[in-house]
Amino acid sequence: MFDGINRRVVSLWFPRLASDRALRARPVAGPFALTLKENNANRIYCLNAAAEREGLHRGMSFSDARAFCIDLQSRPADPLGDARFLAALRRWATRYCPWVGYEGGDGLVMDITGSAHLQGGERGLLTDLRQHLGRAGLSVRIGLGDTRGAAWAFARHGEGVAAPGEGAEMLSEMPVAGLRLPPDHIEALQRLGLRTIGQLAASPRAPLARRFGPGLLMRLDQALGRQPEEISPEPDPPHYGVRMSLPEPIGLEADVMAGTGRLLDRLCAKLKDRGTGARTLCLTLRRVDGDSQHVELRLARPLRDAARILPLFERGIGDVDAGFGIDQMRLEAVQVEKLPDEQIGHSGAGGQGRLDDLITRIGTRIGLDNVVRYLPADSHIPERSFIVAPAAWSKPEGTWTVPRPRPLILFPPEPITATGAQPPQSFRWRRMRLTILRVSGPERIAPEWWFDDPNWRSGMRDYWRVETRQGRRLWLFYTPQNPGWFVQGEFA
Amino acid sequence: MAKPTIYQITAFPLRPGRVHEVGGPAAAAFAAVCIGQGKDAAASLWVREGWLPDMANPAALQSYFDVSTMVMAQTGGQIDTLAVAEEALRDGAVGHVIVELTAPLSLREGRRLQLAAQAGQSTGLCLIPEGMGSNAAETRWHCTQVPDPDSPPEDSTLQCWRITKNKSGTLGAWHVRWDQSARRLVVVSASGE
Repeated sequence: MFDGINRRVVSLWFPRLASDRALRARPVAGPFALTLKENNANRIYCLNAAAEREGLHRGMSFSDARAFCIDLQSRPADPLGDARFLAALRRWATRYCPWVGYEGGDGLVMDITGSAHLQGGERGLLTDLRQHLGRAGLSVRIGLGDTRGAAWAFARHGEGVAAPGEGAEMLSEMPVAGLRLPPDHIEALQRLGLRTIGQLAASPRAPLARRFGPGLLMRLDQALGRQPEEISPEPDPPHYGVRMSLPEPIGLEADVMAGTGRLLDRLCAKLKDRGTGARTLCLTLRRVDGDSQHVELRLARPLRDAARILPLFERGIGDVDAGFGIDQMRLEAVQVEKLPDEQIGHSGAGGQGRLDDLITRIGTRIGLDNVVRYLPADSHIPERSFIVAPAAWSKPEGTWTVPRPRPLILFPPEPITATGAQPPQSFRWRRMRLTILRVSGPERIAPEWWFDDPNWRSGMRDYWRVETRQGRRLWLFYTPQNPGWFVQGEFA
Repeated sequence: MAKPTIYQITAFPLRPGRVHEVGGPAAAAFAAVCIGQGKDAAASLWVREGWLPDMANPAALQSYFDVSTMVMAQTGGQIDTLAVAEEALRDGAVGHVIVELTAPLSLREGRRLQLAAQAGQSTGLCLIPEGMGSNAAETRWHCTQVPDPDSPPEDSTLQCWRITKNKSGTLGAWHVRWDQSARRLVVVSASGE
């Protein structure tokens, strides 16, 4: 077991990560800054060395910066993209050692204990790191120490490499800001006259703990190696892809289905281990002539049951042009959702599964978004009293409350010629002459003013249920604010 | 006291495993009644072309059956509609498949739907425009609303259902009414031919 005495930690700090990334994509000569909109003002998010030389700094308002530096060039910042870039750097850094973690939003920490010799010792490793990062256009500060805290201090406050065992000595000369403390603690320590870490370590502990809480002494002990601190490497995201290479090309549909079945078994085992289900699957069939064919399958429910998924592929695989044969197959779960284990019930579950499979099969033909179900909505407006939601992403829920009779068929309002607030005795609708037998109403519905619905701009409506001598029972409305009569529905 | 005559509608409820047709202004009501008369909790599928302006109002369908069991497929055209209907009928996962047609079916298309319904043992019902019936249909109905001055105004649902084609029975016409609170079809009288 390793006792931790010879532990060596490298801390990397990218002081200009965001602007370096932007300049890698499109280099710019001269001062350059990235701006981010904060509190309704554009502020400088990150800037390059040339801009810093002009006296600009982070957090400065962008209009001020432009006044200071006329030829400043700028682009909007993309913090999410920067986080992705740092994740890529973290993954790249695992070429030096397996233990690489994040250090804030702009740094990495690597535990190189026992792996430095692979790059020709610590010196070789640091040179290699610098060369690679420099070639990539990233400015980096590197600290190497016995503890994570020491390495951090060396990276951020005067780059340095501490030989094994000499970290405490080098640290004692450094300012207290090298201890990863909140800014108000640093200020308070400086007011107390404790400017260096050595002074802090020499002062009595109890009054410090009383005044600053346990955090200060914990950071000090971590930097000096008296208290352990782990580096947690990020786990790689689970990969839901399986592939198969064939010794001879295949072309028959049954053969491709059999191959897909084998891939599905492996993929579903993977999904089951992680408690997830596939929502979208992509089958890539690589032909001997180098071309690939893709079959995408979108499922109505997350699934990991190979026997149920396989028949759903039939339609897609039937459309594939095998050419001179297929010799590689790859199956990937592109979209994955949580699917906890469920109790198998006696009632209903099987029927729902069959319906979901049917929705999936219909969805492969007309698009999964076009298979919908009605959900109740809380509105008196007839066309908004229900929601049409995609069946694959909604559950049948809610209760229907219909206070007044509503027509069975709804259509966009069709004007009829009539005047006055009372329903006309006879009118023409859809080229039919209709005479009224009796009417009931009116039911006044006011537009929902919090939505701007162009169909309801004519104001409130008085709805009448009209029975005609010809049999048709229609839903008419009159708009008193913009006089006019319309038919909007038909009763059973 | 005279016992009230109970009228029976021939060929109703519709024979499962077959495809039927219904036309006329009250066709949608007929379809809703068919779904409502089916087995409880059996799902239904309503296939229609996405561009059609007339759509069934779920708030009114709720008085015929539980709308939460219904799934609706909005297709791009009649070819897709028929493909979806055939798929659903053959699968048998849904009890009723309602298909809104906009063009007449050829004998081949009608027959394919019949075979699919036979394989899945579910009931198909095509809502057809006037005079566009197909020869393959098991039964064809024509439904119209009938003026009904005697019933209370909120509850007047009197209709005339006329069966104009029946492959395995006689023709006839009936006056029916839907009882919304009991969710039950009341046959008022057999109207004369």
